[in-house]
Amino acid sequence: MNQWQNFTKGFIKENAVFVLLLGLCPTLAVTSSAINGLGMGLATTFVLVASNMVVTSVKSFIPDKVRIPSFIVIIASFVTIVELVMQAYTPTLFDTLGIFIPLIVVNCLVLGRAEGFASKQSFLSSMIDGLGMGLGFTFALTLLGSVREMLGNGSIFDVKFATGDAILIFILQPGAFIVLGYLIALINKLRKTT
Amino acid sequence: MAKKVKSSFINMVLTLTIITVVASLALGSIYNLTLEPIAAAKKAARERAIKLVLPSFDSLNSLMVMIPLDPSLTGQGNGDQDSLEFHRAFENGKCIGIAVSTFSNQAYDPTQIQIMVGFLPDGVIDSTVVTQQKETPGLGTKMTGDKFNGQFAGKNPATFKLFVTKDGGQVDAITASTISSRAVCDALRRAYRTFESYEKEGGTE
Repeated sequence: MNQWQNFTKGFIKENAVFVLLLGLCPTLAVTSSAINGLGMGLATTFVLVASNMVVTSVKSFIPDKVRIPSFIVIIASFVTIVELVMQAYTPTLFDTLGIFIPLIVVNCLVLGRAEGFASKQSFLSSMIDGLGMGLGFTFALTLLGSVREMLGNGSIFDVKFATGDAILIFILQPGAFIVLGYLIALINKLRKTT
Repeated sequence: MAKKVKSSFINMVLTLTIITVVASLALGSIYNLTLEPIAAAKKAARERAIKLVLPSFDSLNSLMVMIPLDPSLTGQGNGDQDSLEFHRAFENGKCIGIAVSTFSNQAYDPTQIQIMVGFLPDGVIDSTVVTQQKETPGLGTKMTGDKFNGQFAGKNPATFKLFVTKDGGQVDAITASTISSRAVCDALRRAYRTFESYEKEGGTE
């Protein structure tokens, strides 16, 4: 597998949300609008790349039986650092993304990539994997958020295109499950035909 | 492919100790480094909020004012604080309004919501701005929008009932977010109640 394939696999072939079904809790919780999906995706991407890089660098020193607690401590530290630094130097961005940051710790996508990929592969591959999977995750969340926002609020990225009442249920929690189900079906259909 | 390190009691304990020590050192130093910028950013945000809710002013005087007990809620107290922060704003030595930093613990998310509300000396609300909330994205978060906040501007709580219409008041709730809307009303009532009692004691002169 070359690095280009390594990078692109996260978008469709091994997409975290649509195919691996990893990290669904934040996916369902925050995608009530396109901008929320994009924000959560980008914050996760950053943590994913950083934790993949650290995990792959220390992998040869960590005894097998304690690898999972070690990875969790590394990921949690990273998330806290990101939160503190954002709060201090980019307060406006923190106001928008701040509520999603603590959610990243419990995102099994991050731990899944640390355990399943970065603990076995080289530094460069792990970094590219983190970036590809993260952007694929961002793509999935933004798509889900856009569909829910269009149906539930008649707007996309806060730009109104329809007047009157929209189908509110798509913004509420059940809407997340309904839209995600249809999107997974669609992506599976696409994967089978190509 | 890295070869796996054999796990023994000694190296497991050592590894976990080293990782946690390094992580705590990193977190501790980052916390110390960011402590001042975070405080500065919060102060700047508070000042921005005060500027948003009041007409222009040249100096500011901050003080804490006790919240009087709500007679309609016997025995329920004031939430977890007993006073609110008042920012009296002056233009050429004359008090032109008071920005009150109020709160409510009755929002949908257990996190306290905080609102900066600007009162003109006669008790009319100049405008309001939500400074902290963690409501449901896309629903309760609309409390920060102009459509909901705009309805408070220019209203005097002495005559304008700060309850959502469902509860017999005059505030239009956010669709599907009655709880969040109620929390905002609760915060504003607390601010006005405190403002009123402060005035009685000869507040704005």
